[in-house]
Amino acid sequence: MSKKVYVTVNAVFQPDGTIQPLCVIWEDGTRFRIDRIFDVRPAASLRAGGAGIRYTCGIRGTVSYLFLEGNRWFVEAKKPV
Amino acid sequence: MQRCILHADCNCFYASVEMLHRPETRQVPMAVGGSEERRHGIILAKNDLAKQYGVTTAEPLWEARRKCPELVIVPPNFPLYHEFSRRVKQIFSYYTDQIESFGIDEAWLDVTGSTGLFGSGTQIAQEIRTRVKRELGITVSVGVSWNKVFAKLGSDLKKPDAVTEILPDNYRTAVWPLPVGALLFVGHATEKKLAELGIHTIGQLAQVPCDFLRAKLGKSGELLWAYANGLDCSPVSYHDEHAPVKSISNSTTTFRDITSPEDARLVFTVLAESVAARLREQGLYCRTISVSTRSTALKQAEHQCTLSRPTDATRTIFQTSVSLFDQGYDWKLPLRSLGIQLSGLTPVSDPVQLDLFTDPQSAHRQSQLDRTVDRVRRRFGNDSVMRASVLRDPALTGIHTDRELQPAGIH
Repeated sequence: MSKKVYVTVNAVFQPDGTIQPLCVIWEDGTRFRIDRIFDVRPAASLRAGGAGIRYTCGIRGTVSYLFLEGNRWFVEAKKPV
Repeated sequence: MQRCILHADCNCFYASVEMLHRPETRQVPMAVGGSEERRHGIILAKNDLAKQYGVTTAEPLWEARRKCPELVIVPPNFPLYHEFSRRVKQIFSYYTDQIESFGIDEAWLDVTGSTGLFGSGTQIAQEIRTRVKRELGITVSVGVSWNKVFAKLGSDLKKPDAVTEILPDNYRTAVWPLPVGALLFVGHATEKKLAELGIHTIGQLAQVPCDFLRAKLGKSGELLWAYANGLDCSPVSYHDEHAPVKSISNSTTTFRDITSPEDARLVFTVLAESVAARLREQGLYCRTISVSTRSTALKQAEHQCTLSRPTDATRTIFQTSVSLFDQGYDWKLPLRSLGIQLSGLTPVSDPVQLDLFTDPQSAHRQSQLDRTVDRVRRRFGNDSVMRASVLRDPALTGIHTDRELQPAGIH
């Protein structure tokens, strides 16, 4: 089971209202630049527990999900923290 | 043209939302329960594993724990449930604007006009079921039929995460063998009455002559007969349409028992303030006031009276409630819960007959005062102005109130 971890995100609010996350900042301060966004859709995270807008992101060569739940961002952490 | 009506029911709604947010509770028997300290200690919803142990909704927590000692009980998070309810309805609104809510977790949808765009009723139902599961992580059961009653029945037939069709060519085999209690608006009392008439299934109800039912049960007999035959033609209201409010009530279970008339007065002060403010908020007057009591032996009673003139004044509602209570309650046992219900509602714009013996000026001043207090509270919070008496015993007046706005029924 994954762990739900709320993270800091740098994002751009586009004039058309869309939100484009640029960078995820982990708890220890490590910055993960989002290289590409493949998909954006409302979705539930059964692994971490929650629901919101799911961004399918390419980060450092892997595909990760980043969720915007209300006004907080969370990720499905691979290992229990 | 035959209508296409869906009824969507979120399965174990509160428990599903909690299980989504607490993955660790998915594999164990779990229930959402009220607070035992506040004496709201009952099961509000449970998951399927808890159901297997025989845990039922509305039973006291201690009883549920006796059936299932390892039961995980989580406190309710109503704002979250309302948010999920809103999001589910947002998905519905993609397919139609005729969405009629039936509680927080159920709704009817009339998709007759949308079949050209999205496919048949069953296709739309499947799409809604899949989307709710994928986007919100909870499941819905959907009934598809040509009327609201059978659509609702369909959503109850297969759970969870399923679509059931009840169509003119299968309703006799799908619906008629079911016990009559499965039909909407057939409660225990009606079920018993029907059983006395030898009517046990929906099919039997459908096949007795309508006149016979009308003679035995009155207007509701006729209505049930129509439901059983699939003749319900009540419309699905529009999304933003609010059913007219029929009554406004507020009841409370206090932290400690109510043991004296002074205690009761304190509780009525808070209840009267709350119902009267909501009455004014809706722009209504009430003509009938009723008071409900529940003793420590859980015996319920209700007393009501009709006023000579409709009112929305806190003071009148309070005084009438207290006098109804004083006349009606014998104090053989302390009380656990009290409630006030206002009905016979009319818009404030309706003309009111004045009489010679009351001073309209004083009533007007009272009304102005109530409205001013309402405005102050709206702006600065509920606690910004309060009666000194309510500070005497916060265990009685610092109460959690169960707000209820009763909409009109579907017929």
